Amino acid sequence: MIDKSLNWIDDRLGVAKGGRTFLDKIFPDHWSFMLGEIALYSFVVLLGTGVFLTLYFVPSAHEIVYHGSYGPLRGQKVSEAYASTVGLSFDVRSGLLMRQAHHWAADIFLGAIAVHMARVFFTGAFRKPRELNWVVGVVMLILGVVNGFLGYSLPDDLVSGTGIRIAYSIMESIPLVGSYLAFFLFGGNYPGTGVIIPRFFVLHVLIVPAIIVGLLAAHLGLLVKQKHTQFPGKGKTEDNVVGSPMFPTFMAKTTGFLFMTAAVIFGLGGFAQINPIWQFGQYEPYQISYAVQPDWYMGWLDGAARIMPSWEWVGYGHTIPFEIFLPAVIFPGLIFNILLAWPLIEWFKTKDSNYHNLLDRPRDRPKRTAAGVAMLTLLFGVFFASSTDVMANFFQLPLMDVLWFFRFFVPLAPIVAYFIAFKICHEMRDAENIGKRKRALIVSRTAGGEYVTTDSAPRPGDSHEELEAIPVPTFIDTTDPELATAAGVRRVIR
Amino acid sequence: MSDNKSNPLPPAKLDDPHLQPATRHPERMQNLAILAMVVGMLGFIAFIWVYWIDASNEWEAATLTVGMLGLGVGTIAWGKYLMPQGPFVEERHEFHSSAPEREAFNAAITGRGGLEVKRRGLLLGVFAVGGGIMTLALLVPGVRSLGPKPAKSEDNEGPTEDSLFTTNWKKGAKLVTVGGRQVMVDDLEVGGVLTVFPKGFEGSSPDQVILIRLAQLGPNDPPYPIAPPGKTSWGVQGYVAYSKLCTHLGCPVGLYQERTQQLVCPCHQSIFDVNAGAIPQFGPAPRPLPQLPITVDATGQMRANGSFDQAVGPGFWERP
Repeated sequence: MIDKSLNWIDDRLGVAKGGRTFLDKIFPDHWSFMLGEIALYSFVVLLGTGVFLTLYFVPSAHEIVYHGSYGPLRGQKVSEAYASTVGLSFDVRSGLLMRQAHHWAADIFLGAIAVHMARVFFTGAFRKPRELNWVVGVVMLILGVVNGFLGYSLPDDLVSGTGIRIAYSIMESIPLVGSYLAFFLFGGNYPGTGVIIPRFFVLHVLIVPAIIVGLLAAHLGLLVKQKHTQFPGKGKTEDNVVGSPMFPTFMAKTTGFLFMTAAVIFGLGGFAQINPIWQFGQYEPYQISYAVQPDWYMGWLDGAARIMPSWEWVGYGHTIPFEIFLPAVIFPGLIFNILLAWPLIEWFKTKDSNYHNLLDRPRDRPKRTAAGVAMLTLLFGVFFASSTDVMANFFQLPLMDVLWFFRFFVPLAPIVAYFIAFKICHEMRDAENIGKRKRALIVSRTAGGEYVTTDSAPRPGDSHEELEAIPVPTFIDTTDPELATAAGVRRVIR
Repeated sequence: MSDNKSNPLPPAKLDDPHLQPATRHPERMQNLAILAMVVGMLGFIAFIWVYWIDASNEWEAATLTVGMLGLGVGTIAWGKYLMPQGPFVEERHEFHSSAPEREAFNAAITGRGGLEVKRRGLLLGVFAVGGGIMTLALLVPGVRSLGPKPAKSEDNEGPTEDSLFTTNWKKGAKLVTVGGRQVMVDDLEVGGVLTVFPKGFEGSSPDQVILIRLAQLGPNDPPYPIAPPGKTSWGVQGYVAYSKLCTHLGCPVGLYQERTQQLVCPCHQSIFDVNAGAIPQFGPAPRPLPQLPITVDATGQMRANGSFDQAVGPGFWERP
């Protein structure tokens, strides 16, 4: 039956040959290779929950009177966007679950991309021939951040409205073209003519996701074409890939992982409240709340804006608001460009144009690892600087002291971190038996009272015997009935 | 797997160690996987039931999570312990094409089409410029239609939507609350603050002004506080009024600390001294909050005594 339908398909599409190669594709096993999968699967959840949300959300700034089931808001004038988002949360069945799961999925999506990217960076997986895939990945990260901000802004609540106001001011700060950019996007001086929510909506649900989907296809397509990288190990060379096959082993594991990722996201969506906009209220440009924080992936920009000194430049009839332009435009631009160009930067340094399919241990590339640690320290520094007010309250310190601490910490800590990481890498590289399982030392006393140490005998499992890797067998001989029943489950192989 | 095609491998035997389950008790693991998937199935059924009776968001999430976790754990156990783990190997192939293939490809791009025409460079150049101009032409409506051009200078008298320089504050404009109620001179106690707008523009973003009463003073007392030179009469009877738009990023400067007489922006913690013309004391804000001159008319109604002397809100290129 299965044979027949497969033959039917192959008669028409001729997929058997290429399909077989695809089913035999080898996936090396390492926990860190799952990080990208988390990003992929939270994106799947994002698409699913997002479609649900579009069926109920009304992208309009038009003002109506709220008549929904949330008591405290009844009778108030709110925008249709806000009313429909509150309606999604209280009057659409499963709506709150879908909305919160969507928000959590976005936060996890970007977190997983960041961690996945750190893995690729520290292990040198971006080297030839995978530079283009690195660039595709960074572009997806940027688009993900942008789309996260756009989606966060749609409900027209007080907190996100403040974020839009800040985004407007950031655009305005760009020399020469800033006010034009802001006027064109918003349809005029802030808050514009009510066009911003519909415009953000079409960007958020169509344009940016469509680009991400395209890039995702390229990302995965390149991964299949260029095959996986792998850590060095027995039988693993630059010219092969060792692991488990796409079908059925990897497919079962990864499908299960999709369910697990979705389970965690929906669990969070149900039990961990996120963005309760009915508590914030409708956005009004003259209202503000205390301790307003953006989603986590915008925190680094907020922190940079906070610690920047007030260096506005005025002259020749013009103003350049460096206190905004530097931290909010130049700084992220610089960071993203460094990320995009990293394979090139490293090539300039090493002039290495060999193919690299075996991954580096981070300790074996002290300079790269130290540079990555410095970058992470910088980003975490500005990230934590985005909560200066909360920290000042929590630690009962003057706000000014906390701010001055970060003004020094953010530029200096990465330099210190660089040298510490560099030193640790060197120490680890020179250490004996690094990465090997430790054996117990036996201390014994000789008759003369002298103490000597000897290595204990290896325990079972210390010298883990790995099988020699073989190509995925073409056919499994299932004729031996005795063996077949003994293991019971082996017939899957066909 | 080109090796396989040219030279088929012998079929693997079922007892090949590469095909063995990665557990000593495959039957137990199999039962466990089935159990997990059944739990998952029950979770999904429970979800439908929970939805049907319209139970809470938490119940929906719990059942859905159990369903997905069960199915996920079962599938992973199946894949990780009961399917062949290998290790299997796959050869990589030379990534790039062979030298003759490359040459042929490059030659097709560089050589083809240039056979009969001599001035191919010129043709290409004209084509590129044409394409560029076409892109520009298409961008004109694509960008320009989006919004109005910002007004160039402060002399602009147009609506505030078209200019970063103007507000709706004019000499004589009545101060009203967002609800439209006229603000009277005895409305605020000392230490009180109120967000006010020019009458007719309630809730407008560029017009928002924070009115603060710093002292209880009569009409004949000097206006308190003593503000920057030239602005000594911009307050009235202990009241001062400042634009509520932060000069840093345009957030409403909504926190007034009466004890220190400071206005704090909750967004990025810029602090302004309301006693001294709202100059920034701390934080990233570069400029004082523009002050609105105010006065009290004969009936005790509070009115603007003019407009701001500069653009409100954050800095931008055209700001002089």
